[in-house]
Amino acid sequence: MTSTRLSKVLLPLLGLALVLLVWTALSQTVATDLPSPAKTWAESRRYVLEPFFKDGEMNQGILRLAFYSLVRVGKGYLLALAIGTPVGFLLGLSRPFRETFDPIIQFLRPISPLAWLPLGLVIFRQSEPAAVFTIALCAMWPTVINTAMGVSSISPDYLNVGRVLKLSRWKMLTKIIVPASLPYVFTGYRLSLGLAWLVIVAAEMLTGTPGVGGFLWQEYNSLVYSHIILSVLTIGAIGFVLDRLMSVVEARFKAA
Amino acid sequence: MAYLEVRDVHKTHVSPRGASHVLGGASLALEDGEFVAIVGYSGSGKTTLISLIAGLIRPDHGEIVLDGALVAGPGPERGIVFQQYSLLPWMTVRENVALAVDAVDAGQPAAARGRRTEELIALVNLSAAIGKRPSELSGGMRQRVAVARGLAMRPKVLLMDEPFSALDALTRATLQDELLRIWNEQRSTVILVTNDVDEAILLADRIYPMTPGPGAVLGAPIEVGLPRPRERRHMSLAPAYQKARREIVEFLRGCRRVGA
Repeated sequence: MTSTRLSKVLLPLLGLALVLLVWTALSQTVATDLPSPAKTWAESRRYVLEPFFKDGEMNQGILRLAFYSLVRVGKGYLLALAIGTPVGFLLGLSRPFRETFDPIIQFLRPISPLAWLPLGLVIFRQSEPAAVFTIALCAMWPTVINTAMGVSSISPDYLNVGRVLKLSRWKMLTKIIVPASLPYVFTGYRLSLGLAWLVIVAAEMLTGTPGVGGFLWQEYNSLVYSHIILSVLTIGAIGFVLDRLMSVVEARFKAA
Repeated sequence: MAYLEVRDVHKTHVSPRGASHVLGGASLALEDGEFVAIVGYSGSGKTTLISLIAGLIRPDHGEIVLDGALVAGPGPERGIVFQQYSLLPWMTVRENVALAVDAVDAGQPAAARGRRTEELIALVNLSAAIGKRPSELSGGMRQRVAVARGLAMRPKVLLMDEPFSALDALTRATLQDELLRIWNEQRSTVILVTNDVDEAILLADRIYPMTPGPGAVLGAPIEVGLPRPRERRHMSLAPAYQKARREIVEFLRGCRRVGA
C-alpha cells in the first residue's frame, strides 16, 4: 500500500476511532448523561435500519424526517436563489442600485436566523411559511454577495469585445456578463445551500415542525438523549453530501 | 484627407496613484488597403493609442477620423485583435467567431452567417478545432481565432495590439506568415502595434516608430521598400530590409538616450 492510500484511508479511520474513544470516555466519566456510542446505536438502530417507518407525527425513520427537512430547505433555498441572484446582478451592474442598497444589505446580513423566525411567525402566522421565510432570508446573502462580486470582477477585455461588437444590452448580459460571472454565482449557490441547511435546525426547533431539527428538540424534551446524537450525525451527513454535490456542479461551471 | 487620420492625440491616465501622461500629441495617417505598423518599447503607450483608435477610450485632446467620420466610440468597423485573453472562454471557436459574424451581419439569413463563420475559421486553418473551447487550444491557435473574429467584423481598419507577443518565437513566425498570406488575399487596412522590429518590417508597408513615454509621440513614418508578396527566407538579406531596420533602430535608440 502506498503512503498516499495509507493517509487517505487509514488516517481518517484513525481520527474516527479517536473521536469514538473520547466520546466513550466522556460518557463514562464527566458527562454521565451523555449516551455512549454503543448505547446511541442500540437506541437508534430502528431509525437507521428502517429509515422510512412512521409511527406518529414526531416518531419516524430518520430519512423520512430528513426528507421533510430537505423539502423545507429546498423551498427556502430556491426562494433565496430566486431573490438573491437578480439582486446580486443588479448590485454588480448598477452603481445607483449598489449605493442605494449595499448599506442595508451589509446591515441585514449578520442577523441570526433566531432573530428572523419570530418575525416570520408574526408576518405569516404559520410555522411552515415562517420557516421557509427564515431559511430564504438567511441563505440568500452568499448568493447576493458572490454574484455581485462575479459581475464586478469580469475582465474588461471581455466587456470590450462586447463594446466593439456593439452588442445590445440584452446580448451583453446573456452572452458575456452572465456566463463570465457564473463561476462566482455557483460558489454563492454552494455557500447558500450550506447556510440554508444550518438554518433548518433552528427553524424546526423553534416551530416544532416535523423534520430532523424538530425531532432533535422533541427528543431533548423527552430525555431521549441518544436521539439527539442521531439527529446531529444525520444533519452532519446530509450537510456533507449536499456540499459535495454542489462542489461537483460548481467545478463543472469553473471548468467551462 | 487620408482614409484614417489620427491628429495630435493627447491622453493622460488618471488613477488613485496619480496621473500619467501617456500620449503627448501622436499623429498618423493611412490609406485604404495599407498595412501600417507602430513600433516602440513596451510601456510607451502603444496600447493606449490603439484603444483610442478603437474608441474604447476618449482622447483628452485631438481627434481621430476614419473614412470622413469622427471616431466617438467603439464599433466593428474598427475591429480589434487584442493582445491575449480576449476570447470568451465559455464559447467554442465557432461561437466566438459567430458572435462577431452575427453582430455585424445581423441582416443576413442564419445559414449565410453560419457559412461565413466556417469560412473565416477555415481561413485561419482552424476547421479541425471548430468545436473546441479556448482552454483546449494552444496560444497560437487562440490568436488565430482572435484574428478570425477580428476579420469577421468586416472592419474598415483592423487594429492588432501586439497579437503575437505572448507566443513563442516559432509559433510567432508561423502566425506572421499566415497573417501575410491572409493580408495578400484580403488586402484589408491594418494597423499593427508591436515591439518586434522584424515583425513590423515583414508585414507592414510603412512603420511609425513611437518614442518611449511619458508623453509619447510618433516619429516620421519609415517606408518599407520590400516588394510583395514577401517571403521571410530571402528578406533579411535585402538592402531595403536592412535600411528600414537601421532607421527604426536608430530612431528608437536616439529616443532612449534622450528619454533616459
